[in-house]
Amino acid sequence: MSELTRDDVAKVARLARLRLTEEELDRFTGQLAQVLDHANDLRALDLTVVPPTAHPVDLGTVMREDAVRPSLARDAFLSAAPQVEEGRFAVPRILGEEP
Amino acid sequence: MKALEIAAQVRSGERSAVSVAEEALSAIQARNADLNVFVHVAGEEVLERAAAVDAQVAAGRDPGILAGVPVGLKDNLCQTGVPTTCGSRILAGWRPPYTATAVERLLAAGAVPVGKTNMDEFAMGSSTETSAYGPTRNPLDPTRVPGGSSGGSAAAVAADMVPIALGSDTGGSIRQPAALCGLVGIKPTYGLVSRYGLVAFASSLDQIGPLAHTVADAAASLEAIAGHDPRDSTSLPGPAPALVARLDQGVAGRRVGIVRELVDGADPEVVAAVEGAAEVLRAAGATLSEVSIPELRLGLSAYYLIAPAEASSNLARYDGVRFGLRVAGADITEMYVATRTAGFGAEVKRRIMLGTYALSAGYYDAYYGQALKVRTVMIEAFARAYANADLLLGATAPTEAFALGAKVSDPMAMYLSDVFTIPTNLSGHAAISVPFGHGTSGLPLGVQLLGPALSEGRLIAAAAVVEAGRGVPGA
Repeated sequence: MSELTRDDVAKVARLARLRLTEEELDRFTGQLAQVLDHANDLRALDLTVVPPTAHPVDLGTVMREDAVRPSLARDAFLSAAPQVEEGRFAVPRILGEEP
Repeated sequence: MKALEIAAQVRSGERSAVSVAEEALSAIQARNADLNVFVHVAGEEVLERAAAVDAQVAAGRDPGILAGVPVGLKDNLCQTGVPTTCGSRILAGWRPPYTATAVERLLAAGAVPVGKTNMDEFAMGSSTETSAYGPTRNPLDPTRVPGGSSGGSAAAVAADMVPIALGSDTGGSIRQPAALCGLVGIKPTYGLVSRYGLVAFASSLDQIGPLAHTVADAAASLEAIAGHDPRDSTSLPGPAPALVARLDQGVAGRRVGIVRELVDGADPEVVAAVEGAAEVLRAAGATLSEVSIPELRLGLSAYYLIAPAEASSNLARYDGVRFGLRVAGADITEMYVATRTAGFGAEVKRRIMLGTYALSAGYYDAYYGQALKVRTVMIEAFARAYANADLLLGATAPTEAFALGAKVSDPMAMYLSDVFTIPTNLSGHAAISVPFGHGTSGLPLGVQLLGPALSEGRLIAAAAVVEAGRGVPGA
C-alpha cells in the first residue's frame, strides 16, 4: 500500500490552491492511493543507471532572432481578464496594508 | 460524405461550399440536443467562410485540398474570437485572441470550421463524461460513451455532422474515441503538428491530430496541418510529409510485429480483430511475427505520474487573474483557492493533486523521477522492437464503447482504457487507429498500427490496406 495519508492529501490540496470538503478528502485519498499503488511496479525497479527522459524530442535550445515583431494589442488580452484597472490586471490586495 | 469527395466537388465547381456548410449545420441542428457533440456552433461566419471559398473557385483559384470541407475543432483548439472552454467552467466565456497554427492551416487549405466539440475537462478522461458541459453520447448507441477525451470530435464525425474533426492525443485521446466510434484517428509523431494555440495539458505528450471516416481523409487532414512552426519551440524541422501520395503504397515486404502486450487483457472480440487485421496485412504481402515488449506494461503507471505532474504545472495558470473565471476572496490567495475550487471538476482536481504530490519534496525521486527513467526504458525497448519490425500492431482499446456512467466513479478503471495507447505518447512516436471488426454488441472496434518517429507515410499505407480488407469474412 502507498503511504499516502489524508493529511498528505490536505497538504497537497493547499499547495495546489484547492479547497476540499471532508467527503472529498476521504474520497480523493482512496482514489489517489490506488493510482500510487499501481505505480509500485515502477518503484520496485532498480533504475539507478538509467538517465531520465523529460521530453521525447531533443531539439536543444531553440533560438530565434532578437528582432522587434508585431504582437497583439494589449486590449486583446486585457479584455479577457476578470478585472482590469488602468490598463493592468487588477487583483485583490497582496500586502496587508493600505497602498 | 467523405472530405476528399466534397473538396473535389467544391474545387470543380460542381457543388458550392455554402450548400455543404448548410448541410453540416442542419445535421448538427438535428442531433446535437440529443448527443451533446458541439459545445459551440458557429453562426453566420460559417456561411461567410464557405462563400469566400466559393468566390475563390469562381475566380479560378484553388482554395486547397480541403476546399469547402466542414470541420469540427476540439474545444481546446484556439480560434480567434470563438469560445474555447476545454470542457471546463474555469474557461467559460473565454474567447482567445489568436488562432492555433493547426486551425490556421486548415483554413489555408480551404476548410470551414463549424464549431467546437465537447471533451473531457482539459482532456483528462477517456469517455467525455468529465466535461463541465455534460457528457457526449456515442451516435452509434446513445446509451454508451464515445470515448475520450476527443469524444465530441469523434461523435461529430460518426454522426455525419462533419467529415473530419481535429482532436488532441495525450494518452490516447484521438485513437481511443476513434476506435469506439468506428473511425480512423491519428496520433502524429511528437512535434509534427504545432501545438501553438492548443491549450496545454501535458506538454511533452500532447499532439493534435485528425479523426475521419477514411484513412484518405485522415491523411489529407494531417498533411494539411503538419510541418514546422517557429511559434512552437518543440516543432520538428521540415515541411509537412506527403501522406495522400502514400495511400496506395501497400505493405509488400513490410515487417509487422504483433505486440503481445498490446493485445493481452483485451476482450476476445478485440483480440480477434487484431488477428483479422494481421491476416489482411499478411495477405497483402507483409511479414507478420509475434513480439513481446514487456516494458510497455510500465506505461500506465509512468503516464499517470508524468501527465499529472505536467498538468499540475500547466494548470497553475488558471488563477483568476488574466482570463477565465474569478471567484472573489478576502485576499489574493483566497481568490486563487475560491476560483480554482469552483472552476475545476473532480477529475482535474485529482490529477492536479496527483501531479503536485509526485513532484513534491520527498516523493519526487520515488515517483516523478522514476517515471522519467521508465520513459527512457520504454523508448529503448521500442527501438529494439523497431530494429526487427517496420510497424507494430495491437489493439487500440481493450473493449468496445462502454455504457455511460460505467466507470465515472472508479478513476483507475477509466485510466485502464488507455493502456494500449499510452506507450506511443511516452515514446513520442506515431500511431493510427483503424476500424476493424465488431464487439459483442455489434459496435465497431479499432486496431492500432504503431511506427517509429516520422513513420506516418508507412502507417497510412498499412492502414489503407487494413481498411480495404475489413470487409473480408471474419472482419
